[in-house]
Amino acid sequence: MRFGVVIFPGSNCEQDVIHAANTLGYEAEFVWHGSTDLSGFDAIVLPGGFSYGDYIRCGAVARFSPVMAEVIRFAGRGGPVLGICNGFQILAEAHLLPGALLRNRGLKFICREATLKVEPSICQWLDEPAGTLLRIPINHNEGNYICDEETLARLNGNGQVVLRYCEPDGTRADGGSAPNGALDDIAGICNERGNVFGLMPHPERVVDPAVGGTDGAAIFTAIARRLAEVV
Amino acid sequence: MARFQIFVTYKKGIFDPPGATAERALVSLGYDEVSSVKIGKFIQLEVADGTPEARVREMCDKLLANPVIEEYRIETVEGA
Repeated sequence: MRFGVVIFPGSNCEQDVIHAANTLGYEAEFVWHGSTDLSGFDAIVLPGGFSYGDYIRCGAVARFSPVMAEVIRFAGRGGPVLGICNGFQILAEAHLLPGALLRNRGLKFICREATLKVEPSICQWLDEPAGTLLRIPINHNEGNYICDEETLARLNGNGQVVLRYCEPDGTRADGGSAPNGALDDIAGICNERGNVFGLMPHPERVVDPAVGGTDGAAIFTAIARRLAEVV
Repeated sequence: MARFQIFVTYKKGIFDPPGATAERALVSLGYDEVSSVKIGKFIQLEVADGTPEARVREMCDKLLANPVIEEYRIETVEGA
């Protein structure tokens, strides 16, 4: 199992993703944003950070990086692609995932642990039973997910909502449990095929037990298991 | 050289957190007449003479605005 971790100018979580993958016993290598060769990788990760300074909109410039044309082709062939935080924003800008990520409702950068509920989804990157609670940190200023009603109905109907923010006990507050104001408490979604997954929380930060938890490991192990089955 | 001015704002129905905050702040400062504040982006573009507006529109759709959440208005600046 070999992950390719794309580095854009301004990415800052790529080392964490490599460390997480290695901790779990997988190979992982950096892919420069100017690269157009993804051969040899089983899965691609777009890490968090501030690609191109987040200018214009988060992810708006990164989506035109040379590597992104190849990432789009890779995803089109069914290759698994994971976008974490800024990576999720890039996937949305590249139209690999529907909707957009707006500024947090409270206008504050939020950096804290979030409780996430696993939804019954078709996502290839998660095989935990629906209802499982995962504690994974969030660290963003633009994580307020939005899409039109029709798209939301499609996401819900197809099982494309993968993770929702919830209260620590797993319930959802009446006024919403998303700390950033995200529509329908959405923390992560996948495409119709289930191979492209974007989420605002940072699973790579809770893989090594030395740094506060292992709930994030589920994302990396699920895709590895799935690819092992396919092969 | 021709000059275009582009105004990018959130589409109707998209919550604008900075606008809503400015609105509350103005009302709390005593400007009770304020009923809505929308905060957007202003982009000034200098391009070669004869550049058609359709081309500027294309730039907006592709990069400068996100049609999923934003709308934009283009104004031509005369005598630039």
